[in-house]
Formats: sequence, structure tokens, C-alpha cells
Amino acid sequence: MSEKVLMKGNEALAEAAIQAGCRHFFGYPITPQTELAAYMSKRMPKIGGVYLQAESEVAAINMVLGASAAGVRAMTSSSSPGISLKSEGISYLAGSDLPCLIINIQRGGPGLGGIQPSQADYWQATKATGHGDFQILVFAPSTVQEMVDLVAGAFDKADKYRMPAMILADGMLGQMMEPVAIGEADVKLPEKEWATSGHKGKRKHNVINSLYIDPNVLENIVVERYKKYETIEATEQMSESYLTEDADIVLVAYGASSRIARSAVNSARELGIKAGLIRPISLWPFPKDVVAKAGDTAKQILTVEMSMGQMVDDVRLAVNGKCPVSFFGRTGGIIPTPAEVLEEIKKLAGGAV
Amino acid sequence: MAVVFEKTKGLTDAPLHYCPGCTHGIVHRLVAEVMEELGVLDKAVGVAPVGCAVFNYDYFSCDMVQAPHGRAQAVATGIKRAVPENVVFSYQGDGDLAAIGTAETVHAATRGENITVIFINNAIYGMTGGQMAPTSLPNQITQTTPYGRDTNYAGYPIRVCEMLSTLDGVALAQRVSVDTPKNVMNAKKAIKKAFENQIAGKGYSIVEVLSTCPTNWGLTPTEALTWLRDNMIPYYPLGVYKDKEDVK
Amino acid sequence: MTEHNILIAGFGGQGVLFSGKVIAYAGLIDGLEVSWLPSYGPEMRGGTANCSVCLSKRTIGSPLVVNPNAFVAMNLPSFDKFIDDVVPGGVVIVDSYLIEKKVEREDVKAFYVPAQKLAEENNLKGLSNIILTGKLFKELGFCSKEALDEAVKKCVPAKKAHLLEANYRAIELGMSI
Repeated sequence: MSEKVLMKGNEALAEAAIQAGCRHFFGYPITPQTELAAYMSKRMPKIGGVYLQAESEVAAINMVLGASAAGVRAMTSSSSPGISLKSEGISYLAGSDLPCLIINIQRGGPGLGGIQPSQADYWQATKATGHGDFQILVFAPSTVQEMVDLVAGAFDKADKYRMPAMILADGMLGQMMEPVAIGEADVKLPEKEWATSGHKGKRKHNVINSLYIDPNVLENIVVERYKKYETIEATEQMSESYLTEDADIVLVAYGASSRIARSAVNSARELGIKAGLIRPISLWPFPKDVVAKAGDTAKQILTVEMSMGQMVDDVRLAVNGKCPVSFFGRTGGIIPTPAEVLEEIKKLAGGAV
Repeated sequence: MAVVFEKTKGLTDAPLHYCPGCTHGIVHRLVAEVMEELGVLDKAVGVAPVGCAVFNYDYFSCDMVQAPHGRAQAVATGIKRAVPENVVFSYQGDGDLAAIGTAETVHAATRGENITVIFINNAIYGMTGGQMAPTSLPNQITQTTPYGRDTNYAGYPIRVCEMLSTLDGVALAQRVSVDTPKNVMNAKKAIKKAFENQIAGKGYSIVEVLSTCPTNWGLTPTEALTWLRDNMIPYYPLGVYKDKEDVK
Repeated sequence: MTEHNILIAGFGGQGVLFSGKVIAYAGLIDGLEVSWLPSYGPEMRGGTANCSVCLSKRTIGSPLVVNPNAFVAMNLPSFDKFIDDVVPGGVVIVDSYLIEKKVEREDVKAFYVPAQKLAEENNLKGLSNIILTGKLFKELGFCSKEALDEAVKKCVPAKKAHLLEANYRAIELGMSI
């Protein structure tokens, strides 16, 4: 383990990507992910990598598409309005079975919204990062160290399943500094025999494509892709459970809001309320097995988000009516306070304990 | 028996889907022959557009990537930056390159991206059935300018080579036509130069090819060639608009 | 107590974020869990800036300090905005050269340091933030002195190493008040 240093989440993500073997970054400036691109622009030229500032988020994601098609580890980063612009390219990446890493340092929306931290892009990330039937892998770190730890895995799984992966963070995590250790990863990049980097006279031409004009062919390809998604849902769910075993009230929160929820759970325990926390780490696949299990034992489930309530849909689907599911959130860039969340827990405990 | 002519190895055996009299087929062949002659088929990667040429990933025998509408040069940029040894070209129509993809075109050009761009200008959207293109001529009748392109209302056509020639990153901007055998030969020379420029690391090269669309122009193939000569060439004069070698 | 929620607030350019970083690094060196969260956005271009620093033996929940137990005020707008949020018994350090107001609350421990003026008088221009950090260290004892010195060394960038000595003097000056 290398020495711990203080690093901003944005910079830590960038360095972790470099350690994971990424040498191709394409981006467009936007607050609050700025430091990530700036870090890349400083580091990439020194290690023979590519940092390219594109003319738009649209161009940036398509440069990622080209680089990924050519077989290298490629990434881009942005914040909410920029991810909307990238959504076209993400759909094409998914439809072309191309791996890549996309980072969303979320800010308030809709529209230009604001620049303060938000989690209002959950639906976009997990349900509709673009048009068509498809999913991308979505990971939600809650600390700067976890931002680092998830990056290499996100690249690996993107390569393994040949699909885009996203780190869904927010302005708070991107801007804050925490102690972090970034070890040099032992990177083994997989062979990509499908890549379009010249057939060298040794094989037929490779084609990277998402167009299938015959509906039967397209249906088959999408159905096959969904079989892959089924495997991922069965094997790749990630979450952390904190004090849930005996909990009457289980909170479900990810990323920044999970930190606030955790503080509120600690305070509730001090008051004698049996509260616990499930923190989804993979948002797609959603850790529905763990949440469903909590539905068997908890009296109440409370979802906490920095939005008007988006992940709560998935929580309700997983719990499937086994116990009441309620929601507390702040939005528009407001970070909820532990005291606010504690009040919600107390309200629920009043009825349940 | 001695072989006196062979189909280029740069094309696959897939039958082309283009309409009778369309000049896409000629340009495909020229690009494929040039790549074969330069010996780069094994390291060439082409980028297909959205538009009539969308299926060209099945026609060119080199590695191919199909890009979102207008984004071919951003995709080509990604490929070239990832593996600079590759010879990377995009092949795009006027809607793809000069409407929805204008930003990608201008910025790839001004970055001096070391790629080759083949631009088919036929003054109309072919794939979607004949709508006004950014290069449709004043007064030209299309599906969406049924009374003719009114420049007071719909604005003016874009002269892409002239526009890009002002950019320092451009090594070659040349407009050619494939309406006569002589012009076909000239077009091939230009395309070859555009690939040679890339191999020599000279930067962005674009060849604009004036092309016909008999189906959507509502003309026979021969009438279409005449229409091109009478209407397009006067508005889009053939020639070299930028050649870095001249600048020295 | 080894749990501190510190809020430092002032104008952009006064070194609010820098002193927060020094404090966070000191905590890290002492083996604590730490977090540092800046206000970001237009603030950095001349408006008010603030910085939340948490030091704790436990995992840090929200890094946003809503109710600080230590508040360093470097301008009047920040003083007015945050003074009522300080927890009872908390420490308030005021740059009394820039803020003429006194703390009206009687349930907090207020200290007045004319840091801006002291910096100018002692050839420590631009280091009023570090003088105040020295004072905060004296009153709060959020880390060991060795950790604080080491943290200053970590935070002063290599190309500004010549300023290290001045930073140490600023800490000592703050501690002496």
C-alpha cells in the first residue's frame, strides 16, 4: 500500500484511471468535474498518453467510441448536462458492444440547473443513458478512496462484458479531499480480437456497427445482449450493509447521501432506534437481492437521495411490498443534513418501534 | 490467360446497394484502389457515416467503424489518436459532414487531425428520400423545399472546401467531380494525395466529390450528370482550395 | 475530543482553502479520518469562499460542516452568515482587523486576532490565514505540533519552498496571541 495523500475526488479518479492502464482521455470542460480533465492534461503527455479537449461533449464521446473501437482503454468525464449530450454516443457504444469508462460528477438539474452536488441523474444512468434497449454498468462510490478502488474494476468489467461503464459520483465527492492510497495496479489489458485497428492481412475485416436493418437480426442481437445483462445482474451486484442485521429501519442510500445516512444511523442508534444502512455500490446492476432480503426483516425502509426520489423506484421493486418504503430527499444542489435524516428516522420509529 | 484487369482488393464482394446512376460506387472504387495502390489496406480503418453510404462498412475490405450521424470525424479522431499507425479515413455525405457534423468537421480540420476525409456532395439528403441538404442550391426543388430553396428563408449553401481552406490545420482541401472519365482520373489523383498526406503526417486532407443523385433529383443518370455540370460546378467550382505544399 | 468540524470562511484569495488543507493534512498525519470540502463555483473568482474540514476517529459521514465546533471568520459576510451555526461551546476565531463586530453570543469562545494587520507588520503578507490557523491550533489542539509542522511542509508546493519559513513564523505568531 502506498502512502496516503490528500487528493480531490476528481483528481483521484483521473490517477486511478491512469493506473488502470487508460491512456486515452477525451473531454470537454464543465463544472464540477474540471479538475479531472485538468489532471489528465497534465499527466497524459508525460506518460505517452492522449488528452484531447474536444469541441463538445458529443465529439468527446465519439472520440471515445473511435478509440475504444481501435482497442484501447478510453474514457471521458463530464457532469450532468454534458452527460445528456453524450447520451447519443453512449447508445452507439452500447449498440456496438464497445467498452469505455464514463464519469458523471453530477450537479443539479434539469436544464443548466446548478453546479452544486446532486443525484438527480440516477434514472438517466440506470434506465436511459440513451435511446434503445440497453444497460450500462453503473458504480457509485461514496469516498475518495472508493472512487479510486472502483475505477480499475469498472474498466475490467467493461472489457469483460464489452459494454460502457459509468462512475456516477457528484460534485461533493469530486470536489472534496480525503486521504487516499493509489497503488500501482498490475494491469493486464485483454486481447481484443474484435478491434478495428487494421487487419494486417491476417483476417477478414472487422466491423464495429450498431445498424441492423433486418428487425429479426436486430431482435436477436438485443436478446443476446440481454442474456449477458442477466448474467451481470446475477453476479455483479455490489453493496455494503451497515448495522442492518437487527435493524427495524433500514436506510438505502448511495454515494454522497449514504454518508449522511450513515451519520443519521449512528445518531439513531445512540437514541436506541435500531437503524441500519444498505449502500448500493453498483447501481446497475442494482443490488436488489440485498434490498429484497432487508424487506423480509425490516419494519420500514427509508431511501435517502439528493433528488426528488429516483432510486426509490428500484428499492420498491426489490422490496415488492414486503414492508413500507418511504423517501427523503433534497434536490437542486442541497446536501441533506444528518439531522434532517434523523428526524425522518424518528418519525418512522414513532410508528414502528 | 493473362489478367488485364482485376477488381480492387479494397472492396469486398458484397453487391453495392446504390441506385442506378449514383456516383457513390465510382468513389468507393477510387478510394479502394488508392488504398490498395498505396499498400495500406492492412492498416486502414474507415469510418462510415449515416446517410446513403452507411453500409459502406460492408463494401470496404479494410476494418470499418460505423459512426453516429455527423460524428464520423470525431470517431476517426479517436481511432487515429489511439493507433496513429492506422490509416484512417471518413467517408461522409453532405448532411452528415456539413449539417449535423459541421462542428466535428471544422474542429477536426482546425486541429489538423491527421486523417483523410472523403466528402460526397450531391446537394440532397439521399437516404431519407430527398430533403434539402446544407449544399442544396438556391432555388433547388427538394422534398422539403417544394417551391425551391428560398435563400431568404432557408439560407445559402455551404461551400465546404472554401470554408475549411481558411484553417491552418488543413493540409489539402480539393473539390473534384466524377461526371466524366477525365474528372474521375483527377478525382483519383486528389484522393491519392489525401491519403499520401496522411501517410506523410501532413495533417487534415479533405476531398469533396461532386456527385449525382438521379433518384432524388428526379432525373435519369445522364440527365443527372448534365445537371451536375450545369448547376453544381458553377456554384461549387472544381479545384484546389488549400494545399500546404503550395504555401511553403 | 478528537472529533472536529471546522469551518473556515472568507474572501476568495485569502487562503481559506489552503489553511483547510493544512489542518486536514495535520489530521491525516496524526492518523485521523479527515475530509476537506470547499465551496466551489463562482466563489473562487472573488466572492466568498469557505471550506469544511472534518477530523475524527470514526468514519466521516457528511463532509459538509453545518454546525462547526470551530469557526474561523476572515470577512464580515462570512461572520454574519455562519456565526449562529457554531455549536454551543465552540471556538470562534475572528480576524478583528477586517471584522469590527464582536461576537454577541455568550455560549461560544471567541478570540480576536488582527491577523491581516499582523501579517503586514511582520513581513508575512498573504499569510493571515496561517496566523489564524496557528491561533486555532492553540485553542483547539486539533493535532500534534509535529503533525502541524509536517502538514505545512506538505502543503507548501515545491516551487514555493522559500515560503516555508514564513509559514512556520506565521503559525508561531498565531500561537503566541
